[in-house]
Amino acid sequence: MHHETPTLYGVLAEFGSADELVEACKRVKAAGYEKVEAYSPLPLPEVGHALGHTTKLSSLIFCGGMTGALTGFGMQTWISVIDYPLNVGGRPFFSWPSFIVITFEMTVLFSALTAVIGMIALNGLPQPYHPLFNSAAFERASRNRFFLCIEAADPRFDLAEAKKVLASTQPLLVEEVPH
Amino acid sequence: MQAAKDPAVQEHHALAGDRQDLPVIAPGHTLSSITDKITSIVLRRDTPLAWAASLAFASTGLFFLAISIAWLLAKGTGVWGINNEVGWGFAIINFVWWIGIGHAGTLISAILLLLNQQWRTSINRAAEAMTLFAVACAGMFPLLHVGRPWLAFWLFPIPNTMGVWPQFRSPLLWDVFAVSTYATVSALFWFTGLIPDLATLRDQAKHIWAKRAFGMLALGWRGAAKHWERYEVAYLILAGLSTPLVVSVHTVVSFDFAVSIVPGWHATILPPYFVAGAIYSGFAMVLTLMIPLRSVYGLKDFITDRHLNNMAKVMLATGLIVAYGYVMEAFYAWYSGAPYELAMINNRMFGDAWKSYWALILFNVLIPQLLWFRKVRLNPVTLFMISIVVNIGMWLERYVIVVTSLERDFMPSAWADYYPTKWDVMLYVGTVGFFFFAFFLFIRFLPVIAVFEMRTLVPARDPSAKKGVGATTSSNKEGAHP
Repeated sequence: MHHETPTLYGVLAEFGSADELVEACKRVKAAGYEKVEAYSPLPLPEVGHALGHTTKLSSLIFCGGMTGALTGFGMQTWISVIDYPLNVGGRPFFSWPSFIVITFEMTVLFSALTAVIGMIALNGLPQPYHPLFNSAAFERASRNRFFLCIEAADPRFDLAEAKKVLASTQPLLVEEVPH
Repeated sequence: MQAAKDPAVQEHHALAGDRQDLPVIAPGHTLSSITDKITSIVLRRDTPLAWAASLAFASTGLFFLAISIAWLLAKGTGVWGINNEVGWGFAIINFVWWIGIGHAGTLISAILLLLNQQWRTSINRAAEAMTLFAVACAGMFPLLHVGRPWLAFWLFPIPNTMGVWPQFRSPLLWDVFAVSTYATVSALFWFTGLIPDLATLRDQAKHIWAKRAFGMLALGWRGAAKHWERYEVAYLILAGLSTPLVVSVHTVVSFDFAVSIVPGWHATILPPYFVAGAIYSGFAMVLTLMIPLRSVYGLKDFITDRHLNNMAKVMLATGLIVAYGYVMEAFYAWYSGAPYELAMINNRMFGDAWKSYWALILFNVLIPQLLWFRKVRLNPVTLFMISIVVNIGMWLERYVIVVTSLERDFMPSAWADYYPTKWDVMLYVGTVGFFFFAFFLFIRFLPVIAVFEMRTLVPARDPSAKKGVGATTSSNKEGAHP
């Protein structure tokens, strides 16, 4: 048992519906497991709630957007007022209303880049290899089935115990996933 | 979303008549049937002959594009019909036309998402692809119009050798930022939407190279709950960002005209009227693409009559806003009492280009009124023909705005006529070819409908999964299931 632990990623259970997955998530969390993750072919907010997931991506995007706004406005102001003041039709050098459009565009650009790059990076992607891809059953996670994995890295992890908890949730399949 | 599946709610919708009696997805579909149906278009090994023929036909347009660009670069913009007075011509007409077409894709994917319109789900992917290719076509025109595209970096905020920067008080520079941001954000939105579907293709593909290619593009997506959580946040915020962005882009395009003092351009109605016109022409193009697509690929289960009906209604509504714009243009000219404005509208309606003006009124205002009839909206043939008519009408609108205003401005000594040359026409045909070429490639190599979003329209359950049948506890490291 002990010598196997390092090569084991976790125990995976397969379900036929989102409701069963949510139920199983609650039961596994109640059993005290922390390193648990669910996998589904469509976004299921209930599962995230059941597992207690939260994300700070939106605050990150806000910071990205503010950076864009300051960059856009600052760049135009610095260029038009300090670096090369140019008299255009007698307008003041600091003609801020004409800087609004580019400031807005830069805000959107920076926020969107932060949203996508942030989402990918926080999710740890790109990740060409993941132990779960060793499971043939897991191919169905992007089609029509729902999966729950108790990871071996969980401090409470015990193979027999984990299998027992997952089996009690009436899955279609329980299997060990090697590293 | 859950509420719509409730039988009581469905019954209520059925009673509400026209609005809800057409389903957004044909009954009887499951998670797997949706997945298989949409991915099979990409994963089938035999390439349909009709597709190859269409691609070949569109690629003749690419040939025209290459020739006309090569000739332009060799000879300069003098090969076009533009002259000192009419400096904009086809290049700007086509730029505005293409970018307007792109706006419907963003409207469908972003604004309808925020408004929680379920019917957007089966058309957003293809509409976003349309946006991307239309913006690519649009971008070519200003780039080539500068004459020496390899110096286009002069538009970027980089000082020249004398330390002078681009002019930030000019709408033309605003346009550079607006359009490049729009292109970038549209591409990000599209790719983000594709990631889970690329993972599905990776898992469904049988061929090793298909598996590898889709695996690479999917970035290792595995549908983890934590990933979905961030994904949903990112996607929703992208939609929230794209919504004001799309409005700003065509507003800035209209500033290119409205901030000038040319009669016929210098009007406060231009921004809203341009935005409505963009959405109008864009929905026309979505219909032009979707109506053949859904019959050729048998996607009528997913792109239902409900979609055609709704898109036709959006077209009718935006068409009426555009019609209001035409009326206001004439009213402003009359009410201002300014002789140049009056001369401008008089020239548009009764001058040399009167045929274009009245043709656009016929195409954009009169014929689309047929969409008031449900029979017309639900008949794919009539709807397709109206969409073509609107595409042409919106092109004519930009022609009238750009050309007639410049041909006859303040001083008769500065009047001139504009005639496009064959190179103008060839470049335009070339971009149309490029657009369809790219779209055909997209149909073959990427899922035309967002698979994971379609899954949210059916119960999240696999009806074929039977308890106990596959329930084996296995320690087989290769996985017990075939």
